[in-house]
Amino acid sequence: MRFYEYESKRLFGKHGVPLPTGSKVAHTPQEASAIAAEIAGPVVLKSQVLTGGRMKAGGVLFSDNPAAAAAAAKKILALTINGHTPRGVLVEARAPIAQEYYVGVTWDGVARLPVMICSDMGGIDIEEVAETHPQHIAKRNFSTLLPFSDFMAKELIASLNISGSDLNRLAQITAGLARIFITYGLTLAEINPLAKLADGRFVCLDGHVDMEDDARDSQKAILKELGIDPEEKRQARPPTDFEIKGVAVDAGDHRGVAGNVVEFDGDLGLVIGAGGGSLTLFDAIRKHGGRPANYCEIGGNPSVTKTCELTKLILSKPGVKKIAVMMNVVSNTRVDIVARGVIKGVIESGHKPSEKIAIFRIPGSWETEGFKILKHYGVEYCDRTVSMYEAAGRAVAKMRVG
Amino acid sequence: MALFIAVEVSPAVANDAELVKKLVEVCPVNIFAAGTGGGVQIVEKNLDECTLCELCLDVGAPGSVRVKRLYGDKEVLERRA
Repeated sequence: MRFYEYESKRLFGKHGVPLPTGSKVAHTPQEASAIAAEIAGPVVLKSQVLTGGRMKAGGVLFSDNPAAAAAAAKKILALTINGHTPRGVLVEARAPIAQEYYVGVTWDGVARLPVMICSDMGGIDIEEVAETHPQHIAKRNFSTLLPFSDFMAKELIASLNISGSDLNRLAQITAGLARIFITYGLTLAEINPLAKLADGRFVCLDGHVDMEDDARDSQKAILKELGIDPEEKRQARPPTDFEIKGVAVDAGDHRGVAGNVVEFDGDLGLVIGAGGGSLTLFDAIRKHGGRPANYCEIGGNPSVTKTCELTKLILSKPGVKKIAVMMNVVSNTRVDIVARGVIKGVIESGHKPSEKIAIFRIPGSWETEGFKILKHYGVEYCDRTVSMYEAAGRAVAKMRVG
Repeated sequence: MALFIAVEVSPAVANDAELVKKLVEVCPVNIFAAGTGGGVQIVEKNLDECTLCELCLDVGAPGSVRVKRLYGDKEVLERRA
């Protein structure tokens, strides 16, 4: 779950990360004017949206006095950026910057540990720095059990040839960020840029926090403190009607999962599952040149009715020519029950299963029974001797034939 | 309409209130319900949810409850004597 910038900064500020003067959210031009008056100097106003490209879209403006701040806030509040309307306008003091840094913590999937990343080239994408100036990046994995100490932070920052009081100040902020990351179950905690001002102070100019969705229950207290509704969904874009219907299918029956739908614009409906298997299958379809109409998870032994409703939903999407039903080897989902649900959904949608189901590749529990059903309805199926990649290829090939 | 499963209950079980109660209790997917007159009612919309657990077969005498697959070899499940 992504945090708005103002929420990220409140979290950072609570743990001693220095913020620019002011750093308050305005919801009206009048509020923006009042915050600017308090700051009594040049300010920056930033649209609070959960999307990138704010600067380019005109969502970041500068002003020198309260009246100009009110006018800028009015413009920003009326601006939709990538389909997102702003939650408010963050108003902060604008101070002269001497140097920009980057500090961030995220998960290292290979090391299976958090990784702290620092750079003395902040203000641009860290990926770009990594490609063009790798010598300006320092990284260090750390344990989730032992605290990330100030000493470890110092070692890391010193490797960028930073010394003196800058080293001490940066180490404190960096170690603090690592502790915030662990304490709140985050998947990303990033300050970019972390600015050294002309007067020597360091401030967080922009912050980015993502919280693990599964951590929301254990982090209710901080979410409440930050004013984040426990029911609030944070997504990169508002869900489509189709996706909302998918959620309704899932909510309609407590058994299993069937309906975690993300909509795309292709022609092949995907009923896929088994943890990372669904991602692998989605990628395999793309690799073979297929065009997924959706990413639709199934698993945990959903009922026949639930699977049937999901299948009907997928087939109702304009442009969907066929569906591919594929999973890794499953032990917690019965193949025959899924086969029944999918076939029922296809028939109730007015189609022949043999024509609408491009491939059925779910090996696992009760597969013999499932294969009997599929054979009875003339559906092409395969067992575990056919890899997920190969099954995806067969589905795509069938789409080409028609 | 059920596509995959059919269930038959003999009159001896279908009209015995105690056995009907047992049928309702054992079925994990609510295929059986008590009818208004005390007899058994087959809940058509739940038939395809049958997990082939065979718990219903043990209610009543052998062969009094029969679960039929409507696909493949169309094997009938029933309790043997």
